[in-house]
Amino acid sequence: MNTTRSTIDARPVDAVRGPGGEPVARSRRRRSETIAGYVFLSPWMLGFLGLTLGPMLISLYLAFTDYDIFTSPQWIGLGNFERMMDDQKFWDSVRITLIYVVVGTPVKLAAALAVAMLLNYRSKGTGFFRSAFYAPSLIGASVSIAIVWRAMFSTDGPVDGTLSSIGIDAGGWVGDPTLVMPMMILLAVWQFGAPMVIFLAGLKQVPGELYEAAAVDGAGPWRKFRSVTLPMLSPVVFFNLLLEMIHAFQIFASAYIIGSGTGGPAGATNFYTVYLYTRAFANNQMGYAAAMAWVLLMAVGVLAFIMFRTSKGWVHYGGDSR
Amino acid sequence: MSDLAATATDTRPAADTPPRAPRRPRRKHVTTAVWIVCLVVFTAVVLYPLVWMGFASFKPNHEFGSNSGLLPDDATIDNYVKVLEGVAGIPLSRFFLNSLILAVGSVIGIVISASMAAYAFARIAFRGRGLFFTVMIATLLLPFHVLIIPQYMIYRNLGLVDTFVPLLAGKFLATEAFFVFLMVQFIRNLPRDLDEAARIDGCGHPRIYVMITLPLIKPALITSSIFAFIWSWNDFLGPLLYLNSPEKYPLPLALRIFNDQTSVSDYGATIAVSVLALLPVLLFFMIFQRFLVEGVATQGLKG
Repeated sequence: MNTTRSTIDARPVDAVRGPGGEPVARSRRRRSETIAGYVFLSPWMLGFLGLTLGPMLISLYLAFTDYDIFTSPQWIGLGNFERMMDDQKFWDSVRITLIYVVVGTPVKLAAALAVAMLLNYRSKGTGFFRSAFYAPSLIGASVSIAIVWRAMFSTDGPVDGTLSSIGIDAGGWVGDPTLVMPMMILLAVWQFGAPMVIFLAGLKQVPGELYEAAAVDGAGPWRKFRSVTLPMLSPVVFFNLLLEMIHAFQIFASAYIIGSGTGGPAGATNFYTVYLYTRAFANNQMGYAAAMAWVLLMAVGVLAFIMFRTSKGWVHYGGDSR
Repeated sequence: MSDLAATATDTRPAADTPPRAPRRPRRKHVTTAVWIVCLVVFTAVVLYPLVWMGFASFKPNHEFGSNSGLLPDDATIDNYVKVLEGVAGIPLSRFFLNSLILAVGSVIGIVISASMAAYAFARIAFRGRGLFFTVMIATLLLPFHVLIIPQYMIYRNLGLVDTFVPLLAGKFLATEAFFVFLMVQFIRNLPRDLDEAARIDGCGHPRIYVMITLPLIKPALITSSIFAFIWSWNDFLGPLLYLNSPEKYPLPLALRIFNDQTSVSDYGATIAVSVLALLPVLLFFMIFQRFLVEGVATQGLKG
């Protein structure tokens, strides 16, 4: 409480009867603000140093070691990375994760944008639909849903049953190495609600006059979408794309459950993170897994960097739209 | 679908123009009808897995693999009866209780720690604020896999593996930037008049934070609490890493035992546990959906 009182004293009005001179009091105020700032920030700071920055540095060190958690780490230089080059399972996990990210994310965002535009058609009475579409985003990554998804896509489950009835005999998707990926992507697309809500909020901010102006110029629906909606929405598209891609790289629980923790069938659900987990906690190869984690971090970093650099070309921050 | 939305935006202003008005209404009715049909069909597709799951939990086991339809031919509550006994000699209520302890602990931790950090970022002008804020935002993009191995090492060395501490410590230390960011955005939008008035009356930051800011950011606190609860409730990797004794398992791990032990023969029971595990989340969602959906919307637009 004392510190604040001196803060008040520092104000010009009170400066006359304040004990110290103006400059002293002001610097005292600044110091007390800094102290208060760090006090309030201390839990975050502790968490950042102890649970984020510290661990990052440790895992960077471990990436260059052979470490099985029971004996102390042995420095092996680039050994883990060299081993990674020859590790077929590693490359397979990279491949399927990339397919999942590169195919799944755009499809998910396209669905999100399409439904957002559908909802944006009218402002009244859409609350229910918006919530219904959002629900899967909240529960989609849970074990319960992974189990349901597995049941739905298993042999003679509802999906197989429906497809058979219209003459497509695909069998169960879960045990099929080629069909399990589309099934995982469908699970991701099913969770289109979160980006949809963000798109919808963005659409609401596109000024109506722009569409009127476009209509006066004789633009059809497609032209309006291309020339008004997409450019105006590009910051939101950018945000969603970045976040969803990073998110997709980290898929774990659904893949682990659907693949029964083994990455099966035939390694088709051995996503990067599942493989990393297996190496670290089933095979006790913590050094190798740390190296994998850093490769993932670098990949995500490079991706974000490229996106930010290229964004100047396609992301439109209009001055009038704020 | 994009066509529909685009025509929509052009009919709206046109409807206000008197000369063309007579022809418009009918067309508008048709478009509205098509719009509603589209939405309803789409909703049905999106919600089908949940509806299917609900009905499937009442199917006797022999119907899995033979009856792919929605409704059970021969509805039974056997699945639920069997499931309530639990698994591995542990009653289901134990797993529920563990999940509840973790979820409530997370909520408390996040509400306290994230709101403190957010207050500092939004209301205190201290040296280094800009830098730390950038760092905090950057952690949003950090893949958590870089952290799990060293964190595991740390907790193992502290002898805390197989306790709830590793699952809750981060929540009390505001490690999830999402929540801090959500609250910072909220506090920044509050008028500063009350703070200023309180300062002139001699209040320090601690009192302003407790007496003024916290009550005003209640909506953000509610949104954060619900997200914190649901994410903790659904978390799988954390408990998988840190908990070894089945009596400490929360529901997602219990579900995995069910899934591994029984999936071949006992689909019904596995689905029934899944339903029970999702039920609290869905209830929460139905009650608080407005907060959640709006929380996501602000998050996105201002990022």
